Amino acid sequence: MPLLEIKNLTVSFDTAAGPFLAVRGIDLSIEPREVLAIVGESGSGKSVSMLAVMGLLPKTATVKADRMAFDGVDLLGLSPAARRRIVGKDISMIFQEPIASLNPCFTVGFQIEEVLRFHMGMDRAQRRARAIELMKLVGIPDPEARLSSFPHQMSGGQCQRVMIAIAIACNPKLLIADEPTTALDVTIQKQILDLLVSLQAKYGMGLIMITHNMGVVAETADRVIVQYKGRKMEEADVLSLFESPKSNYTRALLSALPENAVGDRLPTVSDMMFEPAPSASGGAA
Amino acid sequence: MLRYILGKLALIIPTFIGITILAFGFVRILPGDPVLVLAGERGLSPERHTALMHQFGFDQPIWQQYLTYLTNILSGDFGTSFSTKTPVLKDFLVRFPATVELAIFAMIFAVIFGVAFGIFAAIRRGSWFDQLTMGTALAGYSMPIFWWGLLLIIVFSGMLHWTPVSGRIDLLYFFKPVTGFMTIDSLISGQKGAFRSAVSHLILPTIVLGTIPLAVIARQTRSAMLEVLGEDYVRTARAKGLAPRRVIGLHAFRNALIPVVTTIGLQVGTLLTGAILTESIFSWPGIGKWMIDAISKRDYFTVQGGLLLIALIVMAVNLIVDVLYAVINPRIRSN
Repeated sequence: MPLLEIKNLTVSFDTAAGPFLAVRGIDLSIEPREVLAIVGESGSGKSVSMLAVMGLLPKTATVKADRMAFDGVDLLGLSPAARRRIVGKDISMIFQEPIASLNPCFTVGFQIEEVLRFHMGMDRAQRRARAIELMKLVGIPDPEARLSSFPHQMSGGQCQRVMIAIAIACNPKLLIADEPTTALDVTIQKQILDLLVSLQAKYGMGLIMITHNMGVVAETADRVIVQYKGRKMEEADVLSLFESPKSNYTRALLSALPENAVGDRLPTVSDMMFEPAPSASGGAA
Repeated sequence: MLRYILGKLALIIPTFIGITILAFGFVRILPGDPVLVLAGERGLSPERHTALMHQFGFDQPIWQQYLTYLTNILSGDFGTSFSTKTPVLKDFLVRFPATVELAIFAMIFAVIFGVAFGIFAAIRRGSWFDQLTMGTALAGYSMPIFWWGLLLIIVFSGMLHWTPVSGRIDLLYFFKPVTGFMTIDSLISGQKGAFRSAVSHLILPTIVLGTIPLAVIARQTRSAMLEVLGEDYVRTARAKGLAPRRVIGLHAFRNALIPVVTTIGLQVGTLLTGAILTESIFSWPGIGKWMIDAISKRDYFTVQGGLLLIALIVMAVNLIVDVLYAVINPRIRSN
């Protein structure tokens, strides 16, 4: 049984100009212990579809799917309270801007222990012990002292480590990482990616990596989904995607990597699109 | 944290000097000869006039008058009232508890309702509740205090007889002031019905004085909440699977509180200004009414001293707000 199974997911937003379709019939599934990368440029609906799984979209969003099941449980059929018992515990998510994602008014210790209190029902001493353990796991030195730090006293990389600590606190079955390294320095990016991959292997989590960085895909993923304008362009295991991309869009995306630059000019995706992708005509605007 | 507080304290010194210059200057700009006012309408011999001018130091150069004034203040001498012949500070302290009691009740009223309305309006942005509360808040903010006070008296005291018209307590009750707070003193006195009477006298003045701060706090809370609800950390809190009550009440509100506390602090100044009108309407024996009486009597030293004392209170409150600000905002604390 797949860990997460999505069939024909559509997400639309109410706007002043009428409904805007951000995700148009995406199918997706991930097995336990698998690393799935979702790639695409900005606006391809990759974050939106995962926020729909988490139930984090604003009220203006309408989420429809033939099936959206996590571990065999239909997420769309659950009451909000029942869904909150899964979200943050069995499925967790980390985001692009680690500093902004942590609450500036609370210590990182408080923010880690909060999930332990609500999902695991731990008492104060247990929470503190587990928080220290988690801080060690994600590689934050001097965890006892750092627990009483505020987010603004830490670097972006450390904040992302704290976010990862919060995300893995309750031993989730699935971790969704939404561009986890985009806002970080290049050297830190590598460390965070290595950390995510090692934690995924250690705890046997499913990992969905949302990214627009093909390097990240090559380093981490088992399987890749390429999205463009809310539609799935291609789905393949990582080796065949890089060796023999099937869709024009994937080919264009790969050719636009900086190492493929010819002369002074960096190829862009639209240069490489020999023919319009099936979805391109149905543009959102 | 200590450095932060010391820094704020240091900033108070120039503000204090500025206020003394204003208080000193205003009174001297006012038309009319203080000695003539003091002596009354009857004729005053030029010799007596000169003697009085000398007695009050009005014949000295202005800078010397100011220096004497400043030295006196620093030694706790705020002058002596022309009319009551008692030190201004003493007169002030007798009336101050009445104003504080009213201001505290008005502030509690404004904060509780203002914050609650602001939060609910933000959560249900665009709903009828949002539009109704924000429209009412605008009306409340624009309403003249004296008109609003008179309207409430007409309806609740005159027509419905629910509340007393004026004063702090029924004439039936008499007890020695202990704290100066009628609600507390009436409880201490143990007289039956006294506390009830004190509270019923507070209701209308509290509403009148609290209306403008309530409106301002409600609007500020709403906009602060709207801003904070879109922040990434609120999404993180929801991604943790926390209940909406905790996401909004703790994670969002704690951040929205920062601008709201500043607003509340600023409203204390408005509250003291409002107290002047409210106390006059309800014959509330506080410093507002005292100041109005002093102005109409041209009691220079009382006006000057009262102005400065009120300014000092506002400064002290602002200092407390600044400290509170650091307590709720860790980013300020560590800078």
